[in-house]
Amino acid sequence: MTLSADAISLANRLDAVSASFGPGQITAICGPNGAGKSTLLSILSGLLQPDCGLATLHGKALSEFSSGARAQHIGYLPQNGEAAWDVAVRNLVALGRMPHGDSAAGPVEAALKALDLEVLAARPISELSGGEKARAFLARVLAGEPEWILADEPLAALDLAHQLALIGHLKREAQSGKGVIIVLHDLALAMNHADRVVVLDQGQAVADDVPEKALAGEVIQRVWGVTAEWIGSEGHRALVTR
Amino acid sequence: MTRPIGLLCFALIIVFALSLFAGRVWLDFASTPNAMLILAELRLPRALLAITVGAGLGAAGAAMQGYLRNPLADPGLFGIAPGAALGAVASFWFGYAASAWLLPVFALAGAAGAMALLALIAGRTGGIALFTLAGMMIASLAGALMSLAISFAPNAFAMSEIVTWLMGALTDRSWREVYLAAPLTLLGIACFWMARKDLDALILGDAAARSLGMRLAVLQAWLIAGVGLTVGSGVAVAGIIGFVGLIVPHLVRPFTDRRPSSLIVPSALAGGLLVLVADSVVRILPTVTELRLGIALSLIGAPFFLWLLMKMRRGYSGGLS
Repeated sequence: MTLSADAISLANRLDAVSASFGPGQITAICGPNGAGKSTLLSILSGLLQPDCGLATLHGKALSEFSSGARAQHIGYLPQNGEAAWDVAVRNLVALGRMPHGDSAAGPVEAALKALDLEVLAARPISELSGGEKARAFLARVLAGEPEWILADEPLAALDLAHQLALIGHLKREAQSGKGVIIVLHDLALAMNHADRVVVLDQGQAVADDVPEKALAGEVIQRVWGVTAEWIGSEGHRALVTR
Repeated sequence: MTRPIGLLCFALIIVFALSLFAGRVWLDFASTPNAMLILAELRLPRALLAITVGAGLGAAGAAMQGYLRNPLADPGLFGIAPGAALGAVASFWFGYAASAWLLPVFALAGAAGAMALLALIAGRTGGIALFTLAGMMIASLAGALMSLAISFAPNAFAMSEIVTWLMGALTDRSWREVYLAAPLTLLGIACFWMARKDLDALILGDAAARSLGMRLAVLQAWLIAGVGLTVGSGVAVAGIIGFVGLIVPHLVRPFTDRRPSSLIVPSALAGGLLVLVADSVVRILPTVTELRLGIALSLIGAPFFLWLLMKMRRGYSGGLS
């Protein structure tokens, strides 16, 4: 039950990146701008084909899955989700059922409930605030009941309270046995909430460990070129730069 | 979703019945000579053809707007209408009068040519934007070739024939055109129906739609077939009729749940209704020669659309959707 990248390379973006992801935990992919984080996530979700190397799910190459079968296993949440048409929240969430070819009310209602969207379900998406929209787009992924949730910077446009709320939802999904992989810019969020962190730098995986080790001061110094140290206690750390 | 469909069906039936009586001669079975003949051989096929052409354009517009996620998209963007028109213009070279089948068959061949070009390009380009640009290039190319053919017309009579035909009309159409266009249009609308789930997925954007299992090449294939069949057969029997594909989905959208899939059937019905009304008005107007339907629709359509844009600007501050 793993989703893996085996020596994945893509011209000018990724250079022989290997990483293996397990269920039941949140893995954060961190790195400076242009390090290849989103590219890796796109390859892991099957949207992008690597030049060489293989992305595999349960030991089988992603490219061997039909697009529908792959979509049943892997849910992908792109960055800055926007709805092209002003549909009702429930209809937006129900789009997540597409891989199953149904619009089963059960999973859709469960996803709305999980993200506290029940009262907003009939509202058009344009009437929602930024935080509510982010929840609606995540609910769309959950409605498809994938084993894997891959999200590209799901917290980027949110204020502090909404960031914590959304990461709480993701944690609950991980605790229920799903594999959650998120691209994160905010190192403190990764430090405090991820179970594991993969650090990318110029297309290479330079660290892959528990957050305390993967985001240790010397790694930050080497990768980001910033001298910084963590303060606070475990689970409540803050990064202080010098 | 079902309420607008019911209302539109109701309106369509009423207008259809009324339109059979309207025209240069107001049919009155008691006094009009040959009333039955006029009804069966002129009014009935013309009304059915108006509905067919309008339904094809309306559905094609709805599908294109869904595909491009843009309320300003129009079925003309694929270059299929100019392709069909080019085919029609070519038929004038081979003697328009030779056979009544010549023009529509040539127009359909032109549409098929544009479809084949698009199909060659589909799947090879990176995404929606490049594919659409390719469609627009096909439209320009077909347009330029058409102008070339007109400028080299064998004689002045042929030229005026071509130009008039291009303006679009349903005058003096018979059952033959109905038999040609109606099955093709229905088939085309069925193609849009097959694409409805993928169009809905595109609400979330290209990447998310693909992650849900949408295959862009498959969607493009359905759309090319659908636009080719609806617009191609429409141009083949009626010439170029603009604005319907652009306006109708706009008018219908607020009465649906705004999902592209919910828009296809109501847009087909509303498109049929709009063209039927416009064609009936054109017939009643006391002009010396009948106003061309294509011109009439543009005359009504453009100002109406401007008014709509003004109204929308007041209503929304953000997007047009």
